[in-house]
Amino acid sequence: MSITRRDFLKIAAVTGGAVAASTPVVKSVLALGKKPVSLPQYVPTTCEMCFWRCGAIAKVLDGKVVKLDGNPIHPNSRGKLCARGHGGIGLLYDPDRLKTPLINTGARGEAKFKKASWDEALGFVADKMQKIKEKYGPESVALLTHGTISAYFLHLLQAYGSPNFAMPSFALCRGARGVAFEVTFGEDVGNPERLDLQNSKVIVLIGSHLGENAHNSQCQEFAEAVGKGATVIVLDPRFSTAAGKAQYWLPIKPATDLALLLAWINVIINEGLYDKEYVAKYTTGFNEVAKAVKEYTPEWAEKETDIPASLIVETARVMGKNKPSVLIHPGRHTAWYSDNVQRQRAVAILTAILGAYGRPGGVYLNPKKKLEPVFLSEKDYPDHKQELNKGKYPFAGEEGITHEIVRATLTDEPYPIKAWFTTGTNIMKAMPNQRATLNAVQKLDLLVAVDMMPYDGVMLADVVLPECTYLERHDDFFTVKERSFGISIRQPVVQPMYDTKPGWWIAKELGKRLGLEEYFPWNTFEDFLKAKAQIWGIDYAELAKNGYIDFPESAKPYISSGEDFKFKTPSGKIELYSKELKEHGFDAVPKYTKHAQPSEGWFRLIYGRAPVHTFSRTTNNPSLWELMEENVAWINSKIAKRMGLKNNEYIVLVNQDGVKSNKVRAKVTERIRPDCIYIVHGFGSTSKLLKKAYLRGADDQQLITRYVIDPIGGTVGMRVNFVKIAKEV
Amino acid sequence: MPKYVMVIDVEKCIGCMACVIACKKENNVPEEHFRTRVVEEVRGEFPNLRMELRSELCNHCENAPCIDACPTRASHRAKDGTVQIDSVKCIGCKACILACPYDARYSHPKGFADKCTFCDHRLKEGKKPACVETCLGKSRIFGDLEEANSEVAELLRKHDSSVRLEFAGTRPRVFYIKKKFAGGL
Repeated sequence: MSITRRDFLKIAAVTGGAVAASTPVVKSVLALGKKPVSLPQYVPTTCEMCFWRCGAIAKVLDGKVVKLDGNPIHPNSRGKLCARGHGGIGLLYDPDRLKTPLINTGARGEAKFKKASWDEALGFVADKMQKIKEKYGPESVALLTHGTISAYFLHLLQAYGSPNFAMPSFALCRGARGVAFEVTFGEDVGNPERLDLQNSKVIVLIGSHLGENAHNSQCQEFAEAVGKGATVIVLDPRFSTAAGKAQYWLPIKPATDLALLLAWINVIINEGLYDKEYVAKYTTGFNEVAKAVKEYTPEWAEKETDIPASLIVETARVMGKNKPSVLIHPGRHTAWYSDNVQRQRAVAILTAILGAYGRPGGVYLNPKKKLEPVFLSEKDYPDHKQELNKGKYPFAGEEGITHEIVRATLTDEPYPIKAWFTTGTNIMKAMPNQRATLNAVQKLDLLVAVDMMPYDGVMLADVVLPECTYLERHDDFFTVKERSFGISIRQPVVQPMYDTKPGWWIAKELGKRLGLEEYFPWNTFEDFLKAKAQIWGIDYAELAKNGYIDFPESAKPYISSGEDFKFKTPSGKIELYSKELKEHGFDAVPKYTKHAQPSEGWFRLIYGRAPVHTFSRTTNNPSLWELMEENVAWINSKIAKRMGLKNNEYIVLVNQDGVKSNKVRAKVTERIRPDCIYIVHGFGSTSKLLKKAYLRGADDQQLITRYVIDPIGGTVGMRVNFVKIAKEV
Repeated sequence: MPKYVMVIDVEKCIGCMACVIACKKENNVPEEHFRTRVVEEVRGEFPNLRMELRSELCNHCENAPCIDACPTRASHRAKDGTVQIDSVKCIGCKACILACPYDARYSHPKGFADKCTFCDHRLKEGKKPACVETCLGKSRIFGDLEEANSEVAELLRKHDSSVRLEFAGTRPRVFYIKKKFAGGL
């Protein structure tokens, strides 16, 4: 007998919104004597295969997830999932998952793990934490964290008395563009970025490799714009997938992007191609910018960037002609050089003078919706010492700066850091200079890792606490700031496998053992979510059933013609010239900084993403591993010929400090400049418990022994390492 | 009889590989095997380059060499016009795999030939094939060419299209439309 979708819907309505329940079976009269037919259940949730947070719908059959699809009503997925989203099943059923709590019985980082019960492991951690608190004070416990789990552990640590935490998503990723947009427009460009790609006539990608960077709805809109004939201009030393869609591929010399941006601003101002009305009404400091960019002529920029002056002028004119529907992509991972914020400021200024902020085809505005914050508990946190999170960087973000935690741990300045919690972040793959990380780890009295897989960073821990996957747990609501505001739910689609627990449970149970139970006044997290839904006036049952609630009336994507729009800057206008930066001793208009270039025989190491992997998180995922087992080193074919390298041959990369990579296959290609080598980030795991990913490919982070720091916001520049090619021996 | 076709708008493929894995999960394709793939073709020399990303799958040919090659009629034309394999009738002789000029079939570890079905089980439920449903670029478009108002019919009316290995005379039902790339398939 066949069960149609319609029949299923009817039956599902009877069985109700039972989530993560056992699969119902149909035993009709007709089916008597035959094997009962299992019916799939469809449970909506929020994906965590990357951090775009798409709505997903799990198809569950006989208690097993058999398929994941995009939730059609969720604006981040629109009925579709990327490869990684579909590969969520691979994470859930990865045989290498962390299955029980583990305690290291060897020396620090030896990973001589013995299995432990939750009671034993949490007791061990709580005991150590109490001792550290007595000896050094609670602030000497720091948290390195990423993703949804952050909420619970930030809460726990603050309740315990430590204000010290950092998320790699700031200084090592999106921070610079956030600072630049806040300084210029009074607000960050959002995550997901509020880019009106589907209406763009011109799309400028500065190293952003959409398609390879498979952020779902952004890729959907990019492809739509390409299909509608948008002019794509790609600035990239590599002929990316996006460059393959471009009318203009500008293979820029790495580290010179700011020169090209300033030259574009120069041409657009000189030729009067900017949006005069918009600039007059909504911006301040235009004259200062015009004056400052005078020296940055296309001819000057040609010498810096290797891009012919005529092409710089031509592309600037394309932008000017199509204003304001020009999208200068603000980027995401912008941790490149020592002047990250100034480079992103140039992006912001260019966006502003084209009149593209708050206009169709540019950057759309935040939806209008305010919900009162609902805290995990009403109880105040205890007083604490001055936090380290922002270091000495006046524009550092609230997410904190990872290298400040490492620095303080190594130097005991201004006070000792004696314990790290790492939750949802692989410290060996996320942070540069692995030697410094390892040295800091050796100084600790306690290292606790909470994660789903035995990543390299997890292997260093004294105690490993296995979190269940996103398909097995509740998490806090996600507020989505798309064109309209919305709320997305994550809920278990199956029960946790093995002896794994949700992040909130781990934090709560540890809290109990630290005498902090008052900070966790709810029994289950679903209780908390239901209470929160009530405060917010939303129907929890509806949210659980559909996965997403949209507030269409909140949408206000564009500034209306002639509208008296106030930006959230001190002046209320877009600050092309930044008084704020000036007051802190920085350039109010970006100035070009020359960065070192590789000498003969050396190549700049650049890195990026593949559509089927998310950092190191997925490299062991059986479903995704099959699509990409290891990364390859992209080498220009002329260089390869000169060196006698064959395509697919294993080589080793050696950096300026003599650090050798794991063996990696050479991809001999025309698709990259001769002065750089590109690898996809996240490979070359050294954790033996990751049986598929172990020693597959090269680890870019291992070769990033050097980094520079942008003094404005403390963001890191990681594209400052040079490598040479050695034959594999 | 419907005339199911897939149109692939090559320009809109962004190489995200979602189709490849959605297909695998939907159809429970065994490890190391795939029913569809994305092919990358690069022409030119640095810095004058062109690239095409192209999805490839079973063409559900009107003149299907696999059907002709099958000794047991396991490979057959289904009532809906698509080319299908009856795994029970299949003896695993692999003649069809050799006969297919598109390398669209593989030998399933359980001993039968396997390939793309156009997700006929989904079509029966009124859904699109899994690869089409999830295609981020909407590069894969599916429909019935017999319906004059279908998106596929309209696309093929408006655009020049090509099929893979036209000279093979197989009359594929997977059509490629492209604007920029001039090379043959």
